[in-house]
Amino acid sequence: MKKKKCVAMLLAGGQGSRLKALTTTVAKPAVSFGGKYRIIDFPLSNCTNSGIDTVGVLTQYQPLVLNEYIGTGESWDLDRKNGGAHVLAPYQAKRGARWYEGTANAIYQNIQFLNKYDSEHVLILSGDHIYKMDYSKMLAQHVETDADITIAVIDVPIEEAPRFGIMSYDKSKKIFDFAEKPKEPKSNHASMGVYLFKKDVLVRMLTEDDEDPNSEKDFGKNIIPKMLERNMRVFAYQFEGYWKDVGTLKSLWEANMDLLGLKPTFALDGDAWKIYSGNNAYPPALFMKEGSANNSIVTEGDIIAGEVVNSVIGEGVTIEEGAVVENSIVFSGTVIGAGSKISYAIIDENVTIGKNCVLGDAKSSPDRIALVGRDTVLPDGTEIESGSVTEAD
Amino acid sequence: MKTLGIIFSNIHERDIPELTKVRTLASVPFGGRYRLIDFVLSGMVNSGITNIGIITKYNYQSLMDHVQSGKNWDLSRKNGGLTILPPFSDESGGGVFNSRFEAIKSVASYIRHSDADYVVMADCDIICNLDFAPALAAHEKKGADITLIVRKKKVNRGDHERLIVEMDNDDRVTKTCGVEGAEGEHMVYTDFMIISRRLLLYILDHSTQWGVTSFSRDILAKVNEYKIYGYQLDGYCVAVNSLADYYAHSMELLNPEVVRELFYKGGAGIYTKVRDSVPAKFTDTAKVTNSMIADGCLIEGEVTDSIIFRGCHIAKGAKVTGSIIMQDSVVEAGSTLNCVIMDKDAHVLEGRLLSGHPTHPYYIEKEGTI
Repeated sequence: MKKKKCVAMLLAGGQGSRLKALTTTVAKPAVSFGGKYRIIDFPLSNCTNSGIDTVGVLTQYQPLVLNEYIGTGESWDLDRKNGGAHVLAPYQAKRGARWYEGTANAIYQNIQFLNKYDSEHVLILSGDHIYKMDYSKMLAQHVETDADITIAVIDVPIEEAPRFGIMSYDKSKKIFDFAEKPKEPKSNHASMGVYLFKKDVLVRMLTEDDEDPNSEKDFGKNIIPKMLERNMRVFAYQFEGYWKDVGTLKSLWEANMDLLGLKPTFALDGDAWKIYSGNNAYPPALFMKEGSANNSIVTEGDIIAGEVVNSVIGEGVTIEEGAVVENSIVFSGTVIGAGSKISYAIIDENVTIGKNCVLGDAKSSPDRIALVGRDTVLPDGTEIESGSVTEAD
Repeated sequence: MKTLGIIFSNIHERDIPELTKVRTLASVPFGGRYRLIDFVLSGMVNSGITNIGIITKYNYQSLMDHVQSGKNWDLSRKNGGLTILPPFSDESGGGVFNSRFEAIKSVASYIRHSDADYVVMADCDIICNLDFAPALAAHEKKGADITLIVRKKKVNRGDHERLIVEMDNDDRVTKTCGVEGAEGEHMVYTDFMIISRRLLLYILDHSTQWGVTSFSRDILAKVNEYKIYGYQLDGYCVAVNSLADYYAHSMELLNPEVVRELFYKGGAGIYTKVRDSVPAKFTDTAKVTNSMIADGCLIEGEVTDSIIFRGCHIAKGAKVTGSIIMQDSVVEAGSTLNCVIMDKDAHVLEGRLLSGHPTHPYYIEKEGTI
């Protein structure tokens, strides 16, 4: 088997508890986004577009939807004879069974996978972010600087910096300071959670870290500080472009809204960097006589007889006559009954909303999203306050 | 019960010269994201037929680009799957086939190598969500030589190349005749036929000796010689045999009942080539009424009673009414379109006023600019 230059490991096991009911039964990377996508489509499409054809997807929390979605990797052109997409779940070994404990430990437990492909470099990704990034440019810099690790950074507003891993680097991009979620950040260069390691260095660091009983087995908290301490070659790769952590309802809502408009904050199309997704056999969206959509995204399989304003509507959604959906995100397969009013809401997959329901209110804000979990059935006339969470039993 | 599907990609294309100038009838775009072949191909797959040959004659690049390995129909199989059968012409210079019978004769070895019990032959001009399974079951139960799939249809003057089929109470075909001159409601043959593979090969092997050159004249007319049965389709089923038909049946897709039946009946979807388009985007100025809008569109203008295929741009101030705009076409600002069919990648510049009539839609050719 021909050796690969770089394989990717995608950490997709996180629970994403801040997304509340959206992640009750699915892992965060499988949460819907932008009408027809799931969050994981972004890192997977970035890999394929960057020429990385081998991706280990590490799952743990509620993996069913995710596993089925990834399948053979065909949707992202990752069904390969040599390489391709592999779902890597925690497994039982002779020494016992272990869940993934921390990001570093998850990779450590799959060292066999890394050794099998024995690539020169390993790219570590997470399934929490919406962005388009050419990893091959990062790899080029990584090789050129002969780095042991290259960390992708993006500049964030300084007031938001305490939420991230913050780095300081010199002119040659060599990092001399790294602080995980600092109270008083020294710069605004935030880690994107995208790490590119020399494979041998990664294996050595992970093996050592696993033997350290005091380690939390985390890249940001343990591995990177240790590498800096030893004055290893730790470099930053400065990324410019759209990047959004969609870990909260508010940020997920905002990222969806960033797609809207003629000149959107984040354009899904208009460049060669296509985002791929699992495709369903739906006919195009059908607008009835009274249907309308303004400043919105509408996806195939939809039947729109109501009014859609400033919203993102997923696949196979029916919006009946007189219903109004405003400033909201509706995931696939949902039915919104006649006369219902939806404002500042996120409605998960396969929800049935009866007639004349009221969800959220027009004066609410992205800080108070009304959330309805998947498969929920709301009887006619149900009223749901903004900021509340409703789940199926 | 093993079944081999044979699809004729070119037959009937002279009926719609506009749309088939650069492509086979099979690859004529329809319904916002589909090609005509998607209906019969998906119907076969949904009926459990996973061994399908597509007979081509010419202009078939677009068709090959569309079906590729058959992956999108789950037909990229080790065992069976999809086979494209390009025309076969020997050194004698006789040219390629000119009729359905000659076409099937040219693929006799493909049929011989199959281990199927039955062969289903179909054309691409029929739009329906057809489950072949009950028709095959009826064929087997009756011990038929041939089963013709028929539909009840009002026959108009000027219809051609169709057979009218008369059946007794047991569905046995008692007479077949040409449609010419007939009027009123009749059972009309869809050109979907079930035949036992052995019988088909037997006929092919003896065709020269018996002088057989046409199915309809030399086989289907001999209702006493062969056990021919009819199987009636109910539900939505239409044929596209002219540009006016194409226009009318496209517009029927704006009826949600038709959409439900055609695309969702019995949980059986219609599959097509995946294009990974982004969802459709509507701006503040968009006004859409009674229309079908595919993914990848950017709608800024007014769209009424229309079908907009994938990746089209309807600019601000443009008014599109009763029109069909195919893939990646652009209607620029301030233009007005009424009863227009724009083929793929066509372009209407600013401020144009174009109008046709439902029986004679104004047609703009592929990559054309107005």
